[in-house]
Amino acid sequence: MSTLLEVQGLEAFYGRTKALHGVSFGMVKGGITTILGANGAGKTTTLRAISRMVRTTGTIRFEGQALERRATEDVVQLGIAHAPEGRGTFVHLTVEENLKLGAWGRRERGNLKDDFERVFGYFPVLRERRRQAAGTLSGGEQQMLSVARALMLRPRLLLLDEPSLGLAPLVVREIFRILRTINQTGVSILLVEQNAALALDLADHVFLLETGRVVMEGPSDVLRKDDAIRRAYLGY
Amino acid sequence: MSARHLPRLIGLLALLLAACALPFVLSNFRLFQFSQVYIYAIAILGLNMLTGYNGQFSLGHGAFYAVGAYVSAIMMDRWNVPYGWTIPVAGVLCLIVGFLFGLPALRLEGLYLALATFSLALAVPQILKYFEHWTGGSQGIVLSKPSAPFGLRLNPDQWLYFVTLGVLVLLFWLGANLLRGRVGRAIVAIRDNHIAAEAMGINTALYKSLVFGVSAAYTGVAGALSACVIAYVAPDSFNVFLSVTLLIGSVIGGLASISGAVFGALFIQFVPNWAQDISKAAPWAIFGVFLIGFMYLMPFGIAGGIRLLWIRATRSRVQQEGRSAVPSQAHTTT
Amino acid sequence: MDIFIQQVVSGLATGGIYASLALALVMIYQATDVVNFAQGELAMFATYICWSLINAGMPYWAAFLTTLAIAFVGGVVIERVVIRPVENAPILSIVMVTLGLLVICNSVAGWIWTYLQKPFPSPFSPNPFKVGNVVFGAHDVGQIQVTLLVLLCIYLFFRFTPLGLAMRAAAHNPVSSRLVGIRVGWMLALGWGLAAVFGAVAGMMVAPVLTLEPNLMGGVQIYAFAAATLGGFTSPGGAVLGGFIVGVVENLVGTYVSFIGTELKFTVALAMIIVVLLVKPTGLFGSTVVKRV
Repeated sequence: MSTLLEVQGLEAFYGRTKALHGVSFGMVKGGITTILGANGAGKTTTLRAISRMVRTTGTIRFEGQALERRATEDVVQLGIAHAPEGRGTFVHLTVEENLKLGAWGRRERGNLKDDFERVFGYFPVLRERRRQAAGTLSGGEQQMLSVARALMLRPRLLLLDEPSLGLAPLVVREIFRILRTINQTGVSILLVEQNAALALDLADHVFLLETGRVVMEGPSDVLRKDDAIRRAYLGY
Repeated sequence: MSARHLPRLIGLLALLLAACALPFVLSNFRLFQFSQVYIYAIAILGLNMLTGYNGQFSLGHGAFYAVGAYVSAIMMDRWNVPYGWTIPVAGVLCLIVGFLFGLPALRLEGLYLALATFSLALAVPQILKYFEHWTGGSQGIVLSKPSAPFGLRLNPDQWLYFVTLGVLVLLFWLGANLLRGRVGRAIVAIRDNHIAAEAMGINTALYKSLVFGVSAAYTGVAGALSACVIAYVAPDSFNVFLSVTLLIGSVIGGLASISGAVFGALFIQFVPNWAQDISKAAPWAIFGVFLIGFMYLMPFGIAGGIRLLWIRATRSRVQQEGRSAVPSQAHTTT
Repeated sequence: MDIFIQQVVSGLATGGIYASLALALVMIYQATDVVNFAQGELAMFATYICWSLINAGMPYWAAFLTTLAIAFVGGVVIERVVIRPVENAPILSIVMVTLGLLVICNSVAGWIWTYLQKPFPSPFSPNPFKVGNVVFGAHDVGQIQVTLLVLLCIYLFFRFTPLGLAMRAAAHNPVSSRLVGIRVGWMLALGWGLAAVFGAVAGMMVAPVLTLEPNLMGGVQIYAFAAATLGGFTSPGGAVLGGFIVGVVENLVGTYVSFIGTELKFTVALAMIIVVLLVKPTGLFGSTVVKRV
């Protein structure tokens, strides 16, 4: 099993405020890892650090390549797709245009038709709405669009930030089911979630952030089964 | 008066003393230029209050400057009112006009307010020429420079220098008290997040209109002073270029800053002259280069730049003290 | 009635110029929240370059296209070199930089080409043509055609090309654009390049009418502001439509309202701005930005 992503001693700064205090973790190829923690723990910051959206010190290696000195656009070209917090859809553009843009960062552009088919296969509702402005979609549909756009890149690593936020439980379960399918096609997933139960169900590896530090990590099975840990850190 | 403020107070007094000494050292022309600087500083402080502290963009403050100048000129020329009285009258009138203008302006934000004030500024010369009967039309109104009272042995330029300096000190002191107190905080709160300010109980509509009024009053007083100092008013001196110049002075000096108004005034008074010295053929190109250069070096204005330098200087001192005081600590995150 | 149609056509012609310049202003505003006060002066400078090329012997349309290319490159370079260092500064500071550009352009143009008015050729025949009883100036009609052609090309570019899509995305949501791999900085530079092209078209079309001198675009810029205000600063299509409307209204008011002579013609533009701002500040097609508190 090869290492896909390796983060060592990561510190992240918003201006002069330090948000991450030396976070270290690794991900294997084909895995699903989830970052859990309360509000303000630094989960979103971790994803932003990998996407080079915040100032950092420390090392980040993706498939052996160092990311620290690269710009966001370069990281995308390496095969990392980021579906951000709040979905980040281009609300004035159509669903189809959003998806086309998702493929912008690809090195080999190629025919988009197959990608469209694949993505509509996962999320049929997007096919129905392909010519609608993205801003007119419901929250759940926009979340699907956000994931679909990320998939258009044909990424090897998908960074997902709080996909369950503000969505009805049924919709969330549907999305998580699709995420599992996507993972089975070989896309590794790094998932940030506040909904610990769902995340633990999906992921094989977990780590828990508290005010910018990793306080716990391990296989999700272990954490799920350990009542003490669950109650202390995950609140249920 | 706390001990912390003492050094600053001493510094200001020293500056004031130096300023008072200038009339006995400089030529009349230079005194005239410095009087103009003080006048611009007052106008720019008015603009700072509105745009810097309260976030309402005004590209039309030249209009209030013109109103103040013409009120003063008409009073002196037609009704023989002594110049001293025309200045507060101009101020009060502009306060009212500004407040009235501030009311419809409440509906406009950012770009749209800028456009509205810009249009106002463009219209000023034409409006002034239209009301010929009062304003003397394109010819303008010629006035005479007042001489020093009480038989003081000062020529008009020296006397006017002291007048403008005196008004500057008074208005800046008043402005500082206003902006550094409760009112100032309310004004800034409205700028930063007017909905939150409203939710905290600040009557944003009233405050915004009042700030418009006070801002216009300051600029109107400056205009009235300029009528006395230049002894001539004409519509074309109050075109859109004046409004733009005041805004340039405001941004260059430092938008939300009282001292910035003085820096800005110095810039708009002297840099065009330097530009002419550097290049007779394309002086405004040089001015443009200065303008751009200042924005590159000090995007928050001169006052902002000074503040940054001060913070850096004191921060390294604090860090050094921190290190020596607690040697075992790895480092403090600032 | 004939005079009415003539004036409308004439108004559409000038309106096309306002539309081009307004489009340039709105493009940059949409992407950066900055009003480029130097847009008109850059257009004037491009027009002078065209004049120099024609004077050196180049045929009109060759000079026209070359100037467009030069304007495009110039716009890109200005954004990368002059604007980029302050792109994260407060908006007013960036506006100051555009003001600096304005005075530099104006001053340098005066220095290079003097302040004497120069005639600028029109590529269209000087003979008016008649349709029934109505007389049309060939330059007016030609101007409308050129403007519409340029606008059509731009519309097709933005609507149907990947690069146009990327530019729209970058203007609309720079953060998400970076996350899909779009180099937002370069999209901005391209936007400035295109804006410079629109400005150049406006300048070269209006120069035969107003004669070429450094203050050529001063009045046009104000009308362009009126157009953008009317149409909506957040709507490129609106700005274009606004331009045509302003042109027609300006012409009709000038023709039919007697006390508006040439001096007060400005007043029409100003009045339009004030009325729009009082009634619907965001313009006919602009949208209010909904801010989350």
